[in-house]
Amino acid sequence: MAFLTNFYAFLFYFAAFVIVSGLAFKIVQYSRTPAPLKIPTTPAPTTRSGVVFRMMREVVLFESLFRGNKWTWIFGWMFHFGLFLVTLRHLRYFMEPVPFLIQLVQPYGIYGGFAMIVGLAGLWVRRFFVDRVKYITSLSDHLILGLLILIGCTGLLMKFVFHVDVVEIKTFFQGLYSFDIKPLPADPLLLLHLLLVASLMIIFPYSKLLHAPGLFFSPTRNQVDNPREQRHIAPWAKKLEQQ
Amino acid sequence: MAKATFEVPELTQYTEVPAIQPGAMAHSATFKSKQEFQEQLGFPGELVDDWQVKAIDKMGELLGKYRSLRVYMDACVKCGSCTDKCHYFLGTNDPKNMPVGRQDLMRKVYRRYFTLSGKLFPKLVGAEDFTKEVLDDWYCYFHQCSQCRRCSVFCPYGIDTAEISMAAREIMDSIGVGQKYCNEIIGKVYKIGNNLGLPGPALADTLEGLEEDVYDDTGVKVRYPLDEEGAEILLITPSADFFAEPHVDGLIGYGKVFHEAGVSWTLSTHASEAANFGMFIGSYENMRRVAQRIREAAIQLKVKRIVFGECGHAWRVAYSFLNTLAGPWDFLDPRYPVPQHICEFTHELIQQGKLTFDKSENDDKVLTYHDSCNVARASRMGDMPGGQFEIPRAIIRATCNHFYDMDEDTIRDRTFCCGGGGGLLTDDLMEVRVKGAKPRLDALNNVIQEKGVTHMAAICAICKTQFSKVLPYYGMEMDQILSLHQLVSNAIVLTPGPDDAEEDEDDDLDGDDLDNDNKQENDEAA
Repeated sequence: MAFLTNFYAFLFYFAAFVIVSGLAFKIVQYSRTPAPLKIPTTPAPTTRSGVVFRMMREVVLFESLFRGNKWTWIFGWMFHFGLFLVTLRHLRYFMEPVPFLIQLVQPYGIYGGFAMIVGLAGLWVRRFFVDRVKYITSLSDHLILGLLILIGCTGLLMKFVFHVDVVEIKTFFQGLYSFDIKPLPADPLLLLHLLLVASLMIIFPYSKLLHAPGLFFSPTRNQVDNPREQRHIAPWAKKLEQQ
Repeated sequence: MAKATFEVPELTQYTEVPAIQPGAMAHSATFKSKQEFQEQLGFPGELVDDWQVKAIDKMGELLGKYRSLRVYMDACVKCGSCTDKCHYFLGTNDPKNMPVGRQDLMRKVYRRYFTLSGKLFPKLVGAEDFTKEVLDDWYCYFHQCSQCRRCSVFCPYGIDTAEISMAAREIMDSIGVGQKYCNEIIGKVYKIGNNLGLPGPALADTLEGLEEDVYDDTGVKVRYPLDEEGAEILLITPSADFFAEPHVDGLIGYGKVFHEAGVSWTLSTHASEAANFGMFIGSYENMRRVAQRIREAAIQLKVKRIVFGECGHAWRVAYSFLNTLAGPWDFLDPRYPVPQHICEFTHELIQQGKLTFDKSENDDKVLTYHDSCNVARASRMGDMPGGQFEIPRAIIRATCNHFYDMDEDTIRDRTFCCGGGGGLLTDDLMEVRVKGAKPRLDALNNVIQEKGVTHMAAICAICKTQFSKVLPYYGMEMDQILSLHQLVSNAIVLTPGPDDAEEDEDDDLDGDDLDNDNKQENDEAA
């Protein structure tokens, strides 16, 4: 099945290009856009290290969401932490030799897979049964949830029900590094799984998945509360002073 | 009792999250700004012909100037955490008053014109053309946001609807669709110096009257100076403080505190307004122009320090933006932060033991405290994060014997807006204001029932005006809202100056009070 192999090789080159260049573009855009005013949501840290600590709590624990809605927090955190473990587990396909830490995390990656699906299901249920959340949900929100759940389910099915040749998969991805295209097992479940993952990578920089880099650039969270001590002025605002 | 042309919600013990009722507030329409008010702010007088193109251009410009807007347009995942946090949603049930519902009014236009997915698959991602209907929705619902930032506390990405409301109003102003209330007021500040349009002689007259009143009440000459060159402190306070109850009682209190501190101070006619409505309309240029008056007044009067009176969003602009807009302040005394809040000033004196209080003067009241939204979530007082919560409460505890906080979920950084902030304090938005006050008043009513609270203190001119107006709609009294410095004013024991009367000749009662005051002071000194 040379055609399929070539198609998937091309697909992953393309997807990798889109996610890297798309995210790089957005990150550069965010960082180049000035924040002309000090707008941290207070009480806010008064030092840079305090801000790093605040951001860590947001990134790792979803602190604000915890204060906002416990159910969304439970499901959202389960999904993201699950996805994190699954991602770590998958690194074995992309590294040779596999680092000890990644070997260690392998079994937890499986729990992560389940946590991810439970979390996503919980989040999806809210979109149907909470009238406020239903009101703000658009078709793309459903599709992204569906995409992620399908990725999780196809992955778990390959682990527990229809096994695939993981060695061959690893050979395929290792080959991509050196533009040496090795055959990909023509397993329908695997092909579906990979197709969905590539789609996720492609839509990442063009969708709400931009919340990932966005969080780090949010002025209400990443600014130090020191406006009286330090004058903060954007380049375009500085120009007004020279008039 | 106020007459309502709409249904006033019933207060509940705890604010319940209502079922959504699409379109419930779609009829709300604040008066549009007339040509003359638009033009003095540098905006077109009426809706321009090619408004759609101009509006999209303006949105592009703002996306390049404000990182907040740029990031917040992209980052929302529609998780729903904010959906039950806005007081206007909780009071009106209209889903476009949910923070994300309001943001989406702009986000759908952003997606249509600025994102690939919205250009290619508008239906899929909820993108929409910027039609006249959408513009009307913008005008309606971006004037039902008080920019209180409660939503931003609970958003996992810190998305602040205030930033989006400000940008929307700036875009609308730029195509000739402005709001009368805000734009007319900013014009008054340019022309006369304050929001209420009180001219210099009227201010002088009022302040003179205050000096007489305070002398009659206390037998002590407390000064309320205006435009005094060389004073140490320039006090910038909302013009409501010159004008009406309960604001003016706060101003009386500031004067007494300065008197006891023994520092010279002055008000300024040129900068006789703390408020800066330039923020409400999201116009950096206008906000800067309004803020520059304070710099000019400080230079002209050769003061060494700047202190702000009780005003919520004014304190946000002062604390967070003044250094940016009108700094650097290197010509002022570097030992003090610029600017300082009157509460910081009073609190410091209390800590140094320089103020004496007779707390029993406030024994006829049981107090609670309303954290004003812009003070709580957009500024600070003192050195520590959260000082904006602790310092005002410390002042109340120092001046009153009976104080109870409202429910934890409704105070500090989770405080509910009074319902009148962000440029909505106008009679043509009375329905929004009354309904938006419900969550705050639910909590107030709760402490009234359970703790016997009689009064609520606040440190914001908008809060005070708003509560005076909306409390009667809920069967409460308009005078249940007080200035924080009114409590200080009641309890403070004044030190008579050399030319003050030892005994008050014409009023025995006041004379007795004075004697008692003096006695207590001696006791404390001993």
